[in-house]
Amino acid sequence: MANHYYSDEDLARFPEIGKNVPDLAAKFFDWYSAVFADGALSAREKSIIALAVAHAVQCPYCIDAYSRDALEKGADLDQMTEAVHVAAAIRGGASLVHGLQMRGHALKLGM
Amino acid sequence: MTSLLHRRLALASPDVQHEVLGRLPLARDFDEALDRVGQWPLRSEEIKIFQINVGKLCNQTCRHCHVDAGPDRREVMTRETMGWCLEALEKTTIPTVDITGGAPELNPHFRWLVSECRALGRHVIDRCNLTVLELASQRELPAFLADHEVEVVCSLPHYRAPNTDRQRGEGVYEKSIAALRQLNALGYGQGSPSLRLVLVTNPVGAYLPGSQASLEAEWKRELWRIHQIRFDALYCITNMPISRYLEWLIESGNLEGYMERLVTAFNPAAVNGLMCRNTISIGWDGQLYDCDFNQMLDLHVSPGAPAHIRDFQAAALQGRPIIVGRHCFGCTAGAGSSCGGVTSPS
Repeated sequence: MANHYYSDEDLARFPEIGKNVPDLAAKFFDWYSAVFADGALSAREKSIIALAVAHAVQCPYCIDAYSRDALEKGADLDQMTEAVHVAAAIRGGASLVHGLQMRGHALKLGM
Repeated sequence: MTSLLHRRLALASPDVQHEVLGRLPLARDFDEALDRVGQWPLRSEEIKIFQINVGKLCNQTCRHCHVDAGPDRREVMTRETMGWCLEALEKTTIPTVDITGGAPELNPHFRWLVSECRALGRHVIDRCNLTVLELASQRELPAFLADHEVEVVCSLPHYRAPNTDRQRGEGVYEKSIAALRQLNALGYGQGSPSLRLVLVTNPVGAYLPGSQASLEAEWKRELWRIHQIRFDALYCITNMPISRYLEWLIESGNLEGYMERLVTAFNPAAVNGLMCRNTISIGWDGQLYDCDFNQMLDLHVSPGAPAHIRDFQAAALQGRPIIVGRHCFGCTAGAGSSCGGVTSPS
């Protein structure tokens, strides 16, 4: 057992999550691979969305996996960095827009 | 950057490259991987592609080059050796002649070779780095290729500049786009089978190429959107752990991880389409090999088969055991890889 919470070897072991409840894992992995196939959005666009979301949810496994995947799908570092800025902008904007709630409370309470 | 040979590096030697690959702790060797899926020994079939490497001279020094080509290399095929190639070709019905290098167009006899192959009625492929078309000395080359209905298979790692220039050198993207415009203006890339324009992308780093069909759709859309450039097909080719790409893998600390990735991604469905099965590869000095990668690793065709183009006999080469090594995992990883792109049915 590792003495830390995250281990990069665990990424390749992700399928082991199906060991105890294989039916649910199979459903998840089938759906997961269908999600990332070319569709109305290209596989590259989906990979870049995944990379941005990985940063928003701050998942190191997803960041590792989708940095590689986005490169393999033909993205370059400019595009990937812009995607991270999109994630950061939404996270930052989400905090900032809540400032209106703060202002509402403060204005109601204040004189 | 100059070639490994010019820098007098030990890695310029194929023996050293074999040694470097051989001491990696991989799960299995390539022959074992084939054996596990009932494909060992791998044997050649009827030759359909006559691939001539006319030399290592190139106007570029790309970081991933498996040939270790560059402006400092002087090995070029002589007209006499080309004559033996043509004699061999004439005795067969091999439909396709695939001319590679280096920058094959810089061989002084390139145009003569192309003309003679076309006169024999063979389809000719020129593996072109694009920037060669922008050299002052090659001003008439695009028209020559079009006049002779030569298929142009050219390298463009990415449809945007940063990755292209990182792999192939500063300013290469801009020149490549200018060359593609020239080819489009001559009618290349508009769907005509006689003026076929194919782009080739190699990953710019230690990872596998993505889905060829998906990337082709993306490349077509983006090259049209950004530059109004058209092309007919995109081939995705995996980088082979040979020569300068091997040097980069070692220097960047990616060698073991990349090789593990190639082994893990071994795809039995990619084996049947391996190019070594229907290709004969001819070196600048006339020596025969199973593929261009084996050529660079100095792995000659199996003993017993004709070793030199002077002694070429198609029947004696058919059914020969293919010489394999750890580098071969590069051709069977993922969707598979060959000079014609992916090798597995999608």
